Amino acid sequence: MQNFDMSRYKRRRRVSSLLMIGSWFAAITGLAILGLILFTLFWRGVGGLNLAVFTESTPPPGAAGGLLNAIYGSVMMTVLGTALGTPLGILAGTWMAEYGRNSRLATTIRFINDILLSAPSIVIGLFVYEVMVVTMGHFSAWAGGCALALLVLPVVVRTTEDMLLLVPDGLREAASALGSPRWMVISRVCYRAAKAGMITGVLLAVARVTGETAPLLFTALNNQFMSTDMNAPMANLPVVIFQFALSPYPEWQQLAWTAALLITVTVLILNIVARALSSSRIKKD
Amino acid sequence: MNESAPMSVGTQRPHLQPRDPMANRAALTEKISVRDVRFYYGDFLALKGISMPIYDKKVTALIGPSGCGKSTLLRIFNRMYDLYPKQRAEGEILFEGNNLLDPKQDLNLLRARVGMVFQKPTPFPMSIYDNIAFGIRLYERVPKSELDDRVETALKRGALWDEVKDKLNQSGLGLSGGQQQRLCIARSIAVRPDVLLLDEPTSALDPIATAKVEELIYQLKSDYTICIVTHNMQQAARVADFTAFMYLGELIEFGETSQVFTKPKQPKTEDYITGRFG
Repeated sequence: MQNFDMSRYKRRRRVSSLLMIGSWFAAITGLAILGLILFTLFWRGVGGLNLAVFTESTPPPGAAGGLLNAIYGSVMMTVLGTALGTPLGILAGTWMAEYGRNSRLATTIRFINDILLSAPSIVIGLFVYEVMVVTMGHFSAWAGGCALALLVLPVVVRTTEDMLLLVPDGLREAASALGSPRWMVISRVCYRAAKAGMITGVLLAVARVTGETAPLLFTALNNQFMSTDMNAPMANLPVVIFQFALSPYPEWQQLAWTAALLITVTVLILNIVARALSSSRIKKD
Repeated sequence: MNESAPMSVGTQRPHLQPRDPMANRAALTEKISVRDVRFYYGDFLALKGISMPIYDKKVTALIGPSGCGKSTLLRIFNRMYDLYPKQRAEGEILFEGNNLLDPKQDLNLLRARVGMVFQKPTPFPMSIYDNIAFGIRLYERVPKSELDDRVETALKRGALWDEVKDKLNQSGLGLSGGQQQRLCIARSIAVRPDVLLLDEPTSALDPIATAKVEELIYQLKSDYTICIVTHNMQQAARVADFTAFMYLGELIEFGETSQVFTKPKQPKTEDYITGRFG
């Protein structure tokens, strides 16, 4: 012990405790801000929660109303986006992990997919606006769903590929050694092994698009009335929040808070389910 | 143990002495004939012209130090290497008269007839029942009752039935390592192959599980042609009728196990067996 250079050791301890304090501070700040956001949302949003929110459509200024049309629109377009983006994403991810692996094409696709993954959603909205809204001549829920699908797609591609790459090759060899064709090795064995992770990816993708405003602003626009016509503009929670929050009418502002609370709770639940799924996968291994 | 496996690990006789393959020598037929096989990993020549027979309903052991090519040779017999684009084999391997290296060879049909068990147990992430039924369902459409029978038979032959019969619907991942490996052997048998390839099947198992698997190999010999890669020389001596010693991609010696272990013809074989290198 005597041979230790105590001054060096003390310095190390000082640096260590400084860093420790720094990271505690950062962690608490981050959590506090998040807590503040959630608290404000609940504080302002819960007051507006009543049955009318789920049974009536968005009101004209000065009148009472609900969010039924916006909730319906959000659900429809999220479902459409997920239904379009998920199969495509799973197929693409499967190709990259199982067939393409290290091929040039797969590397290129991976790179482009990563760009798409981090592309600003407003750019995606503008793209779909150009391609669909302008061509069709009007805003529509179809276009909104497609814009959301473009946001779902890269997330699902990425998680599918990552999860399939985690499946050990030994499992593929074992399935092949029984005489199963490649597609069955993938669909019966690899998908099963990667299932929890892949579902988590889809849920996180859904959680991400639930709150997207920009792509819908340019595609589905908004609709003050209840509409089930996918070929027409459709109300949705994010755009309603955007419009109502900026309005001078207190009823609208209250509805915006409530809508924000609804979205946040939905995203929170999706994230918790995704978390639970992925941790159950780890436990099983 | 169960009815199909009357002898226990302790009472099984033939374990410690090499078996006498001469007893029914007249019946020896070549199931697989390896003829001048060379194998490449990219540019690297891993097998330098191997020729040897694999006899029908016998156990053949491949031994040799790490990297000598024994697993490589084993993985040619069911064309496992075809999964990887940069690996290729040259030469001829006759399986019942047909060259299985022929590019036109249907790999799935070949693998259904030449089963394989790996070093690490590879249970599929599904129930024990479905693990066994997986291979059967690939090629046969059998009614549920018959499928139940086939699963039971396979698990009995795999010496696992008594341990799992009450939990067939539980995940195969929940079994112990030794049980998982016997599950994998049972899964291979369920497809009713002719040949069983075992790639160091006990290297991840404890001694008791190893003894169970060895006993299983001994019992399976009556119905299957078995080829086993092993690092454990006592194991080769215990389970194999024939032994091939490989070194640096070449076959140094092939012969009856008793001869290879007691009177090796090549000095290299003797050196390896007596532990002077490897």
